[in-house]
Amino acid sequence: MTESSALFSEPAAAPLLTADDVARVVDRVAHQLIERAASSAAPGAPDGGLADLVLVGIPTRGAPLARRLAARIEAFSGTAVDVGTVDITLYRDDLRLRGVRALEDTRLPESGIDGRLVVLVDDVLFSGRSVRAALDALRDLGRPRSVQLAVLVDRGHRELPIRADYVGKNVPTSRGQSVKVKLAEIDGVDEVVLTGGEGA
Amino acid sequence: MKRHLLEAGDLDRDDATLVLDTAAQIVSALAGREVKKLPTLRGRTVVNLFYDDSTRTRISFELAAKRLSADVINFSAKGSSVSKGESLKDTALTLEAMGSDAIVVRHSASGAPHRLAQWVKGSVVNAGDGTHEHPTQALLDAYTIRQRLGRLEGVRVAIVGDVLHSRVARSNIWLLHTLGAEVTVIAPPTLLPVGVGSWPVTVSYDLDAVLPKADVVMMLRVQAERMNASFFPSAREYSRRYGLDGRRMGTLPADAIVMHPGPMNRGMEIAAEVADSARSTIVDQVGNGVSVRMAVLYLLLGGAPE
Repeated sequence: MTESSALFSEPAAAPLLTADDVARVVDRVAHQLIERAASSAAPGAPDGGLADLVLVGIPTRGAPLARRLAARIEAFSGTAVDVGTVDITLYRDDLRLRGVRALEDTRLPESGIDGRLVVLVDDVLFSGRSVRAALDALRDLGRPRSVQLAVLVDRGHRELPIRADYVGKNVPTSRGQSVKVKLAEIDGVDEVVLTGGEGA
Repeated sequence: MKRHLLEAGDLDRDDATLVLDTAAQIVSALAGREVKKLPTLRGRTVVNLFYDDSTRTRISFELAAKRLSADVINFSAKGSSVSKGESLKDTALTLEAMGSDAIVVRHSASGAPHRLAQWVKGSVVNAGDGTHEHPTQALLDAYTIRQRLGRLEGVRVAIVGDVLHSRVARSNIWLLHTLGAEVTVIAPPTLLPVGVGSWPVTVSYDLDAVLPKADVVMMLRVQAERMNASFFPSAREYSRRYGLDGRRMGTLPADAIVMHPGPMNRGMEIAAEVADSARSTIVDQVGNGVSVRMAVLYLLLGGAPE
């Protein structure tokens, strides 16, 4: 079932997360990141370890999420943290299964990622294959002290031994369903919807 | 994108823009990295089949394929089965039987890559065929123009010199037209092809009249190996009328750039002071060539086989 037909046939389907929920979840994860950065930093590190932190978004929707997290961290702690994006297309393991894909931005902070705490940010954690590709890309880009993962939605069905360190919302799904994250920067609205294949 | 890249006409505006955008993304993905290598084409084999001499194009394609982790086989006609009389078709079928996914071909005969594309199942990339086309050169030139000037739409490009024999000129004319640039060709009448009137270009014989209104000047090499008739009276006269020297460069608009596909004949079509000036993009063009060829190989080989 396509997304649009699902929307038309179930107009009343409540979103998994509304715009307010998304904002709350981002705030909560921002607080968790501040805490974890402080606890993993060397004693007496400046800025509670936040100077070490780099938020790296996985395009498409991980990129604006990383920027939002950075903005909230700055609002809560007064410290600006570095943000980047890493396009994983060239590292995917399923390139031969689909038509050729357009590439997206890769941009890292000037100071690089060597020796720092890198937090990968993505919208949905599903098979784990995107994260695997992102880890491979990071390995070519430098040697972080530690890599963590933050996602807005964890929908289960992992195909690789990968888990998230920060989860906005755990959503039990069936494989046939589709979790659609919309963000104002790209889709004009903040919303997470579950569509399709009930019990498939 | 089509399965092969045989001529600039194989790319419509969206395809050409996709190649340029992909090249730019690859540059940003590799910027500042120690390991300039991507795993994208692991396990794919690219054959460089060069029947004609080339240094920069072959090295550029080889580097592009290697940076995408493809396996590269370099095949030059000299000292191979070709010198024992093997035909292009048999050579290509042999290479394909060994598992090549793409063949990058340079040939002295115009149209050889088209024939090749009919025989093999993999992708064929034209790396220059006779006096016909050299599409990846046009792509890297367009990339360089966009990088320097920020746009291609409405850019006024002057292509100067031996248009008759130049595959670089042909590919550039068609690609730049596709991308919305305005092309003027300037050459002695003897070095313009019959039928140039049907091309999407303006023709001029007077370089000095065109330069003040050009955003890009693309100098073509005088191909000594093809100067087998009296196309112009003397090298000196050609240089005086169609060469780009410091004085002529001074008549260009302030941010205009000077391009040359290389190899240059310094002192003939381009003066050393011009080639080494800040307007010259000649070294950029070589560097961009690798990125653009990576983009082409990725777009042809990076997805599911059709």
